[in-house]
Amino acid sequence: MLYNNYWLVLCLFVTALSACDKERVLYPEDGEQYAGGETTFFNASRNAFGFSAPNLEGLQSLQFTTGNSFFNQAWVTAVASTAGRDGLGPLFNETACSGCHFKDGRGRTPRPGEVFGHGLLIRLSIPGTNTHGGPLGDPFYGGQLSTGAINGVNAEGDVDITYIEETGTYGDGTTYSLRKPTYTFKNLAYGAMSSNIMFSPRVANQMVGMGLLDAISTNDILMHADEADVDGDGISGKANYVYDVEKSTMVIGRFGWKAGEPTVRQQVAGAFVGDIGITSSIFPNENHTSQQTAAQAAPNGNNSNGYELDDQTLDRVELYSSALAVPGRRNWNDQDVLKGKALFFEAGCQKCHVQKYRTGTHPRFSALSNQTIYPYTDLLLHDMGEGLSDNRPEYLATGREWRTAPLWGIGLIEVVNDHTELLHDGRARNVAEAILWHGGEGEASKEIFRTMSSEEREQLIAFVKSL
Amino acid sequence: MNKTLKNLFLGGAVALTWTACTPETVDPNADLKTNVVSNYCDIVLASYEDSYTTAVALQTAVNNLVSTPTQVTFDAAKAAWRAAREPYGQTEAYRFYDGPIDDADGPEGALNAWPLDENYIDYTLSATNTIDYTGIIHDATTYPTIDAATLAGLNEQGGEKNISIGYHAIEFLLWGQDYVNVNTNVGQGGSRTYTDYTNISQNYDRRGMYIKACADLIVQDLGALKAEWAASGAYRTYFKGLASDEALTKILTGIGILSKSELAGERMFTALEANAADNPQEDEHSCFADNTHRDIITNAQGIANVLNGTYVDVNNSTKGNAAYSINALVTAVNTGVASSLATAQATALTKVNAIPVPFDKTVTEENVADNGPVYQAVKALQEQGDKIAEAATALGLTISTDLPE
Repeated sequence: MLYNNYWLVLCLFVTALSACDKERVLYPEDGEQYAGGETTFFNASRNAFGFSAPNLEGLQSLQFTTGNSFFNQAWVTAVASTAGRDGLGPLFNETACSGCHFKDGRGRTPRPGEVFGHGLLIRLSIPGTNTHGGPLGDPFYGGQLSTGAINGVNAEGDVDITYIEETGTYGDGTTYSLRKPTYTFKNLAYGAMSSNIMFSPRVANQMVGMGLLDAISTNDILMHADEADVDGDGISGKANYVYDVEKSTMVIGRFGWKAGEPTVRQQVAGAFVGDIGITSSIFPNENHTSQQTAAQAAPNGNNSNGYELDDQTLDRVELYSSALAVPGRRNWNDQDVLKGKALFFEAGCQKCHVQKYRTGTHPRFSALSNQTIYPYTDLLLHDMGEGLSDNRPEYLATGREWRTAPLWGIGLIEVVNDHTELLHDGRARNVAEAILWHGGEGEASKEIFRTMSSEEREQLIAFVKSL
Repeated sequence: MNKTLKNLFLGGAVALTWTACTPETVDPNADLKTNVVSNYCDIVLASYEDSYTTAVALQTAVNNLVSTPTQVTFDAAKAAWRAAREPYGQTEAYRFYDGPIDDADGPEGALNAWPLDENYIDYTLSATNTIDYTGIIHDATTYPTIDAATLAGLNEQGGEKNISIGYHAIEFLLWGQDYVNVNTNVGQGGSRTYTDYTNISQNYDRRGMYIKACADLIVQDLGALKAEWAASGAYRTYFKGLASDEALTKILTGIGILSKSELAGERMFTALEANAADNPQEDEHSCFADNTHRDIITNAQGIANVLNGTYVDVNNSTKGNAAYSINALVTAVNTGVASSLATAQATALTKVNAIPVPFDKTVTEENVADNGPVYQAVKALQEQGDKIAEAATALGLTISTDLPE
């Protein structure tokens, strides 16, 4: 009798022990919810991307509001009495930055029946490079398709998008479908495109954390570069080197889908001229070509220095674009999210989506210096496979190569911009599709994801959405 | 039953009684909060009603100008425009919380967006001082019809493209571009004459149609806002149905953001620090009429109205009840915070009223580093915004005073 009881208790004890082992609690990393260090602001409403970094001080926080004004208010046709805001176009995509970066957020593809726009534009080039090794524009249409124009000038044209669905299967047998886009130009106003035209659809990115990325030291970026895959891990990130106009030299690229711009400042100036038709000290020439005579003849909004964007105003929009708060994590200590985080690392995602940095000294905005940040990007170019290729080189980036997208803010795109489209052309309709499009260097990690159990896939996605 | 079981039952019974008897915390200010929310709705409605009636008066004056263009009807239209801006400016305190004015379909952009694309509407002065007859008014080929529906449609082509309607469009059509030197013709604004509505002026008839269409649209939009906040209006019903704390958060968010960011920052500091070398005098919202000082004062008054729980209407009659005001509520919760807020409110109003008129001349002359009247008003409005946020905290609420875009 006694012997049987003893044996029973022992069995129960062992069972209890093994059961406890399965319920091991996961813990977050200390502070990982502060995705932008001291620039983090916790808000998960539709305004989540629009707050200023809480550690902006004194006059800079007032100057941020000026930057906000010039980011949001429309630019108007020259010559207007609001001399600081005229000079729109003559060719443009939108009349204000907020037109594409709506609520400082992510653009998307047009819905059926909508006009082309909504934060998606088309870059253009012909084979060859410009004097600094960058893309060479079409002789008529230049470097970007302008879908808008001022009165009296013809917009360049329009685009239709059609999709083909490509189905696949997860390891557990569930099917999925990915949509591959095809673009057709129409209503071209300046003749046919060059027969060897290359083009790349580009969605507007959310604006958070950009100044922090500017403040990551070059060494910290190059530390992850391994172009020849010397360590044999299948990942061969490479830095893009691009032309910095103000420094008159080639520097490491950080911004844009192929890391084609070196600094927030030049990215902003480039967007002003390319997307709105506003010239600046950095880019004093309008975006139209000499072949577009009506645009050539139209009045400009030049100031006494001979360009449309006041230097001080450029500084303010640079400040605004650099110092938007990074939204704090949601559910960062949720067990499923932490399990997803572990799976993210096990699948090797963090090899390109590098989790964490400590920023160096930002040359202009001290609020961004010495911050521990979690952007989930190495800012390097990676071959993502033939499926995602746009067949259009950009400096050292080939058609197949793309900059690792920063993942911070990705989970809030839905509430801010009312959609969940991802990747450079918005083809991925959600996080799972975005992962499944990973080919090339990303293929191995994609396969690990594809063959995870359904529960594990959901956990990993929950983690990504918590960023 | 055995002793253990009996004890167990007894313990359980005691535990149950304990939880049933523990009282919930009762908010001593629950009734006051309900009254504050309700009173807010009343003053919102009163200010939109005034905005509506003055807009109808503007519409009448504009119609008179177009049918009988004389100096008298022209001046009357301008006076009606200025009068219509007085109550409207006070309603800007109700922005920034996705209320009827600025939710996804809200008419804020259609009513008050700035800057105006002058070239898109009417003739402008070119860089070489010639008149360019550009814009919808002079393009009968592309725009054969000018009416409210056509203009509303043009203005909605994907976002805030080519702002061409609203108060500032009417302002432009009455005053014209203000290129007059700030020092020679102080505060006079643009120099359009009434003859722009007579047959000596190119496309005067289309100009008439345009200005009438703009007035029609403003009346329509304000009518809709009035309906939302009416006693049994859709939004008022929704608003009063919210938990008091949620409604109060919205109320405080509107005035907090207007004070700290929109008015202090975007409307005033941006104009103040604009580069003098490139004609900054017109980086002011009512740039054609030189009426920006009134915009600033009425915005600040709108904030004060919400804090005070009262609104003085266009007939000088006081609407609302100060006993049911934000100030009264904050006093009930924390007299120290209430006192700081009251001081900040008084200072903001004083500073704002001390800005020399006209605004464009003042911002041309004052530099940021001077700590002059505009900068002091900016700081006072920011301080008021901060105190509003503190008041929210004292009420157990959290608001942000950042612009939500």
